[in-house]
Amino acid sequence: MSHVPVATLRSVTGIPTGRLAVWWVIASEIVIFGGLLVSYLLFRLYHGEVWGAEAAHTNTVAGAFNTFVLLTSSLFIVLAHKAAEEKNIKKAFQFIWYTIAGGGVFMMVKAYEYTTEILHGFTMFKSVFWSFYYTATGLHGFHVLMGMLIMAIISFDVKKGKNLHRVENIGIYWHFVDVVWIFLFPLLYIAK
Amino acid sequence: MSEQAHPKINYVKIWFVLLVLLTVSIIGPMIGIRSLTLITAFGIAVVKALMVCGYFMHLKFEKKIAWYILITILALMFLFFFAVAPDVMKHKGNNWVRPSPILLPVQGGGHH
Amino acid sequence: MSTSHEHHPLSFWQKYIFSTDHKMIAMQYMFTGIFMGLIGGFLVYCFRMQLAFPGMSVPGFGVVSPGEYNMLVTNHGAIMIFWFAMPVLIAAFGNFLIPLMIGCDDMVFPRINRLSYQIFLLSSVVLIISFFVPHGAFGGAWTAYPPLSAKAEYNLTPLGAPLWLIAVALEFVAFLLGGINFITTAMNSRAKGMKLHDIPLVVWMIVIASILFMASVGPLIAGAVMLLFDQLLGTSFYNASAGGDPLIWQHLFWFFGHPEVYVVLLPAMGIVAEVITTFSRKKFFGYKTFLYSTFITGILSFFVWAHHQFVAGIDPRMANIFTATTLLISVPIAEMIFCYIATLYGGSIEFKTAMLFGLAFIVEFIIGGLTGIFLGASGMDIYFHDTYFVVAHFHYTFVPIAIIGFFTGIYYWFPKMFGKMMNEKLGKIHFWGTVIPFNFIFIPLFFAGMAGDHRRIYDYRHFPDLSVSLVQNLRTTATIALIAMLMFQIPFFINLVMSLRKGKKAGANPWNANSLEWLAPSPPPHGNFKEFPEVYRGPYEYSVPGRDQDFWPQNMPS
Repeated sequence: MSHVPVATLRSVTGIPTGRLAVWWVIASEIVIFGGLLVSYLLFRLYHGEVWGAEAAHTNTVAGAFNTFVLLTSSLFIVLAHKAAEEKNIKKAFQFIWYTIAGGGVFMMVKAYEYTTEILHGFTMFKSVFWSFYYTATGLHGFHVLMGMLIMAIISFDVKKGKNLHRVENIGIYWHFVDVVWIFLFPLLYIAK
Repeated sequence: MSEQAHPKINYVKIWFVLLVLLTVSIIGPMIGIRSLTLITAFGIAVVKALMVCGYFMHLKFEKKIAWYILITILALMFLFFFAVAPDVMKHKGNNWVRPSPILLPVQGGGHH
Repeated sequence: MSTSHEHHPLSFWQKYIFSTDHKMIAMQYMFTGIFMGLIGGFLVYCFRMQLAFPGMSVPGFGVVSPGEYNMLVTNHGAIMIFWFAMPVLIAAFGNFLIPLMIGCDDMVFPRINRLSYQIFLLSSVVLIISFFVPHGAFGGAWTAYPPLSAKAEYNLTPLGAPLWLIAVALEFVAFLLGGINFITTAMNSRAKGMKLHDIPLVVWMIVIASILFMASVGPLIAGAVMLLFDQLLGTSFYNASAGGDPLIWQHLFWFFGHPEVYVVLLPAMGIVAEVITTFSRKKFFGYKTFLYSTFITGILSFFVWAHHQFVAGIDPRMANIFTATTLLISVPIAEMIFCYIATLYGGSIEFKTAMLFGLAFIVEFIIGGLTGIFLGASGMDIYFHDTYFVVAHFHYTFVPIAIIGFFTGIYYWFPKMFGKMMNEKLGKIHFWGTVIPFNFIFIPLFFAGMAGDHRRIYDYRHFPDLSVSLVQNLRTTATIALIAMLMFQIPFFINLVMSLRKGKKAGANPWNANSLEWLAPSPPPHGNFKEFPEVYRGPYEYSVPGRDQDFWPQNMPS
C-alpha cells in the first residue's frame, strides 16, 4: 500500500505538501526548544552571578568549533539541495554524506566535552545550571542524531534519482537544528 | 512536484559571512565590556539565524504564510518569558526572601 | 479527475490493524478512546462511592484507601482529557471527516497517520501498565505539581509517577504528529473551488485546535522532560532547596493547560455547528463572525493561564491582569453561542437524537461558562479555588464538550461511518438518561463547593464542619445521579451493536445535508470518491429561496 494519495499531490497554498509539513514541524520544535530555553533564561537571569560562575566552566573553544562545524554542514546540505535541483544526483548524494559527517564530528566534540566535564565533577547534578546544560545540549544532540539518520535514509533514494524533493525538506530541518545551536552557543558558552 | 526556481544565491559567500560573524562573536567577550559582549553574542546570533533562515532555508523566497507561522510561534515564546518573569524572578516579597542557592565545591580533577 | 489505486483484497492485518486509511485510523482512535473513557468512568464511580459512603467497600473495587483515592482522581482527570476527549473529538472525528469534507482521498501522510495512532496506543498501554506496577499508579493529581510529583518519598509511587509522565509525553507526540497531518491536509488538499469560507466549520475548528495544541504543548514537553529527570535521575529543576523552582512547573503546565481546554472545546463546537445547521434547515448564522471569534479566542487563550494560579502566591497585580483577560475571553465564546441561537431562530427544527444532544450542549455549556466568570474574578477565586465549585464548573464545560459533543457527532455521522441508521427510540432514552442525571451530579457539587468542600479530600469525616448531613446529602445525591448516568450509557452501547448488525441501511445522505462527506457512499470505500467533487458554494445553503429542495449540496453546479 505505497501509493501516494491524491491529497498529497494537491497544493492549494502553492507550497509543496512535504515542505509545508516541515514548516509546521519546525514550528512545533520552536515551542519545545523555546520552552526549555525560556526556562533556562528565567533561571539564568534570576541567579545572575552564581550561574555565571558555573557557566565559566563550559569549553568555549569546543563550543565555537562546533558552531563552525554546524554552519559548514548547513552549507553542505544546501549545496546538496542545489545539486538535486540540477539533477546532479551523484553530487547531491556526496554532499548529503558530507553533512552527515559534519553531524558526526559535532557529536564527537560533544562527547569529548561531556567526558571532560564529568571527569572534572561538572555532572548534571552539580547545580541546576549543569542540569540545563546537559538537558539542552542533550536534546539538541538528539535532534542532530535524528537528522543524520533521516539524511542517511533519504540518501539512498536520492542516489537512484527518486524523491529528490526530500533533500530540501530535510535540509530545512537541519538548518533549524543549526539555528538552535546558534542560540545555544552564546547562552551556554559566551555569556559568562 | 514543481520546484519554484530560487534566484541564484552564492551559498559559499553566505557561509563565509557567517564564519566572520562567528569570529566577531567570539572576540567580543575577550574585550571585556559586558554590554558589548551581550550585543556581539546575541545580536550576532540573531543576524546569523536570520541569514541561515533567509538564504539556506530559502525563507526569503518562500510564500509569506511560512514566515507568519514561525513569527507567531516565536512571539509566543517571548510572551511566555515576559509573562512568567515577574512571577518567577522575584527575589523578595512582603514577607519572604529567596536567597541564591549555595553551590557545592567541584569534585575531582583540577581547574579548567 | 478520478482516483486510482490497487484493488487487491487486503488481509485482516492490513485492513484493520496496520491500515493507513484515515477512516480506519479514525475508528481505531474512537474505539480506543471509548475504551479508555470507560476506564475513566469506572475510576470516578469508585471515588464517588467512597465520598458518598466513606469507608465502605466499593462493589467491584474494594475499600478505597487514601493513596488509592488520590490515584483514582488523578487518573480519572488525565484519562478523560488526554485519552478520551482528545482522541474521540480531534483524532477520531478529525481523521474521519477532514479528507471527506474537503473532497480528497486520504490524509497527506497516511503512514505518519498510522504511526501517530500507534504512538497513541503505546501511550494508553503505558498508562494502563502504571496501574499494575508495585506501589500503584501515580496519585499526584493530573496537574502533577512538584515537589509531590518529583519525589518518590512524597508521592509514594516511584514507578507509577514516571510511567504516568511518559504516557502523557507519548500522547503529546502522537497528537503533534496527527496535528501536522490535519493542518497540512486542510491547507493544501482542498477540492477545486473550495475557498477558505467554503470549508465546513468543524474542519476549521479541528485544524485551529491542532494549531493551538502545537503552539502550547512545547513548553510543557520541555517541562515534562525536566520533571522526568528530577524523578529518575535526581536533578533539581524543581527542587527549591537545590536552586530549582517548583513555580516554573506551574507556569509551564498552565501555559499549555489553558489553551488545552480550547483545544477540546473547538472541535465540539464545530460538531454542534454542523448538526444544528442541518436540523434547522437554515443557513448557519454568522460564519465569518464565528470564525473570527474563534481566532480571537485562540489568541486570548494564551493570555489567561495564571487564573489557575491566583492563590499560588503570585503578585496580586499580576492576578488583576489575568482576571481582566479571563473575563474578556468569555466575550468571543458568547458571540459563538449567539451564532448558534441565531441559526436556530426561525429554523425548521427536526428533533433527531443528534440534534437533541447538540441543543443540550448549548444549554449546559452556557451554565459552565457563566460559572467560570465567578472563578475568573480573582477575589471570588480566593474562596472558590480548590473547592467543588471549580469541579462543577469544569464538568459543566468538559461534559458538554467530551460527552455531549461526542454523542452529537456519533449520532449524526454514524450512518456515514457504518452505513446503518441508529435507533432513534434508544437514542432518545440515552439522551434523557444522560443529560438529566448529569445536572443532578454537578448542581449539588456547586453547593457543596460553596459550603466549603475542598477538592481531593478522600474522607470528609475528618472535617467536622463539612460532615453535616446537609452537605453529605449533596455528595450522596451526586453519586447516585452518577450511577444513573452510567447506567443510561447501556442503551447507547446496545444501540451501537444492534445498529451495526441489524440497523436500517443508510443511503449516502440520510439527513439531506450539503457538505461533501454526504456525497460518498455510506460507508465510503478506500479512496472515498469515485470522482473528486468540485465545489461551487459554502456548506450551509439550506432553504434557499427559489429552489424546490431545502438543501443545496456544495458540489452541485447551479
